[in-house]
Amino acid sequence: MSSQASAEGQQNGQGAGQEVTGVPILLDGVTKQYGSKSAPAVDHLTLEIPAGSTVMFVGPSGCGKTTTMKMINRLIEPTEGSIVIDGEDVTTMNGDELRRRMGYVIQAGGLFPHMTVAANIGMVPKMLGWDKQRIASRVDELLELVSLDPGQYRDRYPKQLSGGQQQRVGVARALAADPPVLLMDEPFGAVDPITRQRLQEEMISIQQELKKTIVIVTHDIDEAVKLGDWVVVFDEGAHIQQYDSPERILSDPANDFVADFVGRGAGLKTLGLARVHEVPRMEAVVVTPEQTPAEALRQAEESGHGHVLVLDKQQRPIAWPSVEQLRRAEKLPHIHEENLPVVGTGATLEDALDTMLVSRAGAALVVGARGRFEGVVDLDTVMETLRDRRAGENQPKAPVGTNDEDITLERSPETGEITIVPSGGGAR
Amino acid sequence: MDYVAERWQQIAFASWQHFSLVAQCVILATVIAVALAMVCYRSERLREFANGLTAVGLTIPSFALIGLLITPLGFGVLPAVVVLTFYAILPILRNAVVGLSSVPSALVESARGIGMSRTATFFRVELPMAWPVILTGMRISSQMVMGVAAIAAYVLGPGLGGLIFSGLSRQGGANALASVVTAVIGVIVVAMILDAILALIGRLTISRGLRV
Ligand SMILES: Nc1ncnc2c1ncn2[C@@H]1O[C@H](COP(=O)(O)OP(=O)(O)OP(=O)(O)O)[C@@H](O)[C@H]1O
Ligand SMILES: [Mg+2]
Repeated sequence: MSSQASAEGQQNGQGAGQEVTGVPILLDGVTKQYGSKSAPAVDHLTLEIPAGSTVMFVGPSGCGKTTTMKMINRLIEPTEGSIVIDGEDVTTMNGDELRRRMGYVIQAGGLFPHMTVAANIGMVPKMLGWDKQRIASRVDELLELVSLDPGQYRDRYPKQLSGGQQQRVGVARALAADPPVLLMDEPFGAVDPITRQRLQEEMISIQQELKKTIVIVTHDIDEAVKLGDWVVVFDEGAHIQQYDSPERILSDPANDFVADFVGRGAGLKTLGLARVHEVPRMEAVVVTPEQTPAEALRQAEESGHGHVLVLDKQQRPIAWPSVEQLRRAEKLPHIHEENLPVVGTGATLEDALDTMLVSRAGAALVVGARGRFEGVVDLDTVMETLRDRRAGENQPKAPVGTNDEDITLERSPETGEITIVPSGGGAR
Repeated sequence: MDYVAERWQQIAFASWQHFSLVAQCVILATVIAVALAMVCYRSERLREFANGLTAVGLTIPSFALIGLLITPLGFGVLPAVVVLTFYAILPILRNAVVGLSSVPSALVESARGIGMSRTATFFRVELPMAWPVILTGMRISSQMVMGVAAIAAYVLGPGLGGLIFSGLSRQGGANALASVVTAVIGVIVVAMILDAILALIGRLTISRGLRV
């Protein structure tokens, strides 16, 4: 019904820079009808998934998210339409071979209980005929990637792991043969909220490193806007209600359905999208514990700051006394003070605000790798960053997504960009 | 006890034959039962059919079945093997169907999802997962078939059954009782040895991941 197009070279993912290892996926007029009489579970879906980006499928239960995802690796065969991966129509190729080139993670990991962690992870490489040595070193590499100590966990069985650890091994198994595409169906649905939070953070940093093309099914809108470069909101029959960036889904819902789905507090949710490293940092007055309070006071007065930051030799914050405290002090603190208002560069603005609001200075200390001090952020700089994001003008155009049957896809030969052309040449 | 001492060699030989007949029939039955289960386990209707077959099969008196087989198969080892294998199949089939169909569908899906073929999924995921249950079926079968094997002596099959039948036919005669008692004890000992061997096989072949 429409031309096959590929979007190679189009890199819509946020935080570009790393090399993209993912490939573009295109669902072209895909329909799935389970019974001959029932309404289609997926109805003429055309969806572009740009290379190296994370696309989240959200929507109410039974709207066809899982069906859509499973048609990408053909665990479910489409009734109609075609799936194009990296420019190649995979609708008729051998399904098992196709799936070996894609990672697949289900809820609770889906690990084989009768195999060790290493055997689980090494399964796909083994099927691909890698030698033992290469499989073993790949297993260790992946365990490290998902923050599990290889020596400790390699030979364990799935039942000897916690839910979160099983989920990590599931992700490692999916990444084993370095597939360009990763499909995950409610991957963090079966773990407790704190573990889920951690796994989400890990997923973000893994993706920053690997830049795969990732499709994640979830029914949690917070998870969708947090992890996704793009979010698809589906209704019954996989009808797209909105396919857009998380910011625009939150700040500019396309219709009441999306607005209801996003729910209240959409403005606050944008705080969870931006991260501390996006906020410009300010300098602080820095002293060492060996200096005297008088010296510290003089430095503070010279620069007009109300607080002085004491750093140890590794540049890690020890204490952050105010000028008043310094006047009363005999010497500067040597011992690391607990409860310093510290945030990591990867923390969300929500976390940063939370930290700031309880801090005496009304600001937070930003630390990078190994806890090294990198700068200070305060309410004003955070608000400014938020305003810039809300404007959202410099965001890239959303990928193609529609349930319209009467269209043709056209691919620009120069940019690889896909556009929709209504068939009938504008007669509609 | 003189009876045993005098015929030690004959008893040992009969015991070995008994053991080997049962063991081979159970192995043969396992192969057939797993193959049948492989065909049945995915369809609700075929599963019910298999379970019905098992239930009905177990109610057929073994003596009658052996008698019936004399006409087509004659006397000797063949009818004995056929009857033993038939009975051995039943519990293994039932357990194999239960074991295979209780493998979580999410596991099968994740095996298929990472690119394992249908066959690979069956032999590397579903069968190993169902193996402990199948092995339990084999142990039940081997116990059950021990007794049936003794009756198979009626068609001149091998094993300890011969001693029982010859003892019973000479009732009141010299050594008649000793012959029967020796054979019965022999069957029990052979059964215990086979069960121990199957238990050992279980320890060696059931993945530690399924036991922890
Ligand atoms: N194997 C099947 N046979 C028949 N109908 C099915 C089958 N699988 C799914 N469906 C139907 O297709 C529709 C979409 O199902 P799907 O599993 O894709 O929903 P989902 O969006 O993943 O829902 P959930 O959030 O509950 O997982 C549902 O109405 C469901 O009943
Ligand atoms: Mg689902």
